[in-house]
Amino acid sequence: MTRSFAELPARARLAEVVDAGTFHEWLPPSARVTSPHLAQLGVPAAFDDGVAVGRATLAGRAVFVAAQEGEFMGGGVGEVHGAKLVGLLRRALRDRPDAVVLLAESGGVRLHEANAGLIAVSEVMRALLDVRAAGIATLVLIGGANGCFGGMGIVARCADTVVMSDIARHAMSGPEVIESAHGAGEFDSRDRALVWRTTGGKHRWLCGDCDALVEDDPQAFRAAAIAALDTHRPMTLAALQHESALLQQRADVDGDNADAFELWARLGVPDARTVPDLDADAVRARRPTALAPLSTGAA
Amino acid sequence: MDWQSVAASLFGSDHAIVADGDFLSGTATFDGATLAVVGTTDHAAVGVDLALRQARAILATIAGHPGRALLLLVDTQGQKLRRRDELLGIHRAMAHLGGCLDLARRQGHPVVGLVYDQALSGGFITSGLMADACHALPQAEIRVMRVPAMARVTKLPEELLESLSLSNPVFAPGVANYVAMGGVRSLWDGDLAGGLRAALADRDVTDRRAEEGAARGGRRVAADVIARVLEA
Repeated sequence: MTRSFAELPARARLAEVVDAGTFHEWLPPSARVTSPHLAQLGVPAAFDDGVAVGRATLAGRAVFVAAQEGEFMGGGVGEVHGAKLVGLLRRALRDRPDAVVLLAESGGVRLHEANAGLIAVSEVMRALLDVRAAGIATLVLIGGANGCFGGMGIVARCADTVVMSDIARHAMSGPEVIESAHGAGEFDSRDRALVWRTTGGKHRWLCGDCDALVEDDPQAFRAAAIAALDTHRPMTLAALQHESALLQQRADVDGDNADAFELWARLGVPDARTVPDLDADAVRARRPTALAPLSTGAA
Repeated sequence: MDWQSVAASLFGSDHAIVADGDFLSGTATFDGATLAVVGTTDHAAVGVDLALRQARAILATIAGHPGRALLLLVDTQGQKLRRRDELLGIHRAMAHLGGCLDLARRQGHPVVGLVYDQALSGGFITSGLMADACHALPQAEIRVMRVPAMARVTKLPEELLESLSLSNPVFAPGVANYVAMGGVRSLWDGDLAGGLRAALADRDVTDRRAEEGAARGGRRVAADVIARVLEA
């Protein structure tokens, strides 16, 4: 019986994704590097500030890895949490592993650390882009119950490769936030089917927003990560011009505020209405080729 | 200060910046050189469309004018909170905008951010915060979220957050706190042209915000934690 990636805590996910027994953690919980800001709010701290960082091997290749713990403050990025990620990325730039793999689960900026969290997310973003520009493969795996939102939603899409499970969500603002701003008529956060077809893994795959779609299984994430170890998508002027045109074209296709079903149909997805009932394998076959990412090669 | 006043104090009448809705773009002449200006106004909510417009203006500068300095004029209430934007991948459009600014920097364009009115969360992460360094006018406002909304989401008492926001740089919205934390390099107080001149002259484009936050005392642990991961 396969295990659910979504239900595992961060370190258990890491243990299953990388080669068995190879994860070596930097600043582990025993180092007790905790947030300096939570005590004044009466909020308990965590000895790892909600993220594990370190090195491992993946299919025998040297990788640096990080995993955010969704159970601690929804994976929100505070000062220490963000600094651990920045430290990992700067170390990758110095030591040049084959890849950096981030198991992302985050609501974005940790509001309890407001300004410090916002700056931290920005530092993570710049550090990740530095690593990608250096030709080190950057991978983000999204499969936690809290999804990947806010500033971390942006950071995740700065990687060469994004892998999602069909039950994962990747977006910017959560449906509750949009509903509280503009009402349930704008986005009904209790309509789970609507939420998933707007931000879920299948939708992201069909639109080319993620690069691999897998089942909610740690071994499936592992296989997808191994397959992407040599995927480099250099952010050249031509690549970014292509991205601009692709995103504009999609926005134009959706000029009248369509539902996901209608958008998929217009983008050329066959039998769009049946997508929510399909498994990941079947959905993978439905993506129109024009929406796939640019072909890749070693940098 | 509105963008027209900012433009007038920086460039006099020597600019061709235009607003199209809440999107700003154009060129200006500064110390004899042409600058590209890209930004937003009217406390813009940055959605897919506005992110893509800014991205295109930056790409056009990279393609047509190698090395030309970019000035980002920031006034945003944050990301647009609409279902359509989420459906269309607003996170990807914003990552794309950030990537365009990152490419500009790598190709040698000086990228200067200026918060001239307000900057909130998502709209700021992929504009001013992606510049080589971000600067602000003293009367500008930078924050993640307003206190009542923050209280709702964190389930913390509004009075507690209000009192902290008076004294604690992590919660207070004033730009001086962002300077103390290293997120904003300097305030352009009075002499705007002098501020821009100094920003353009600083060609060290490494991200030194954590180190500056530590040196200025507003963000005490980030730089140390980064260093410890590097040494572990």
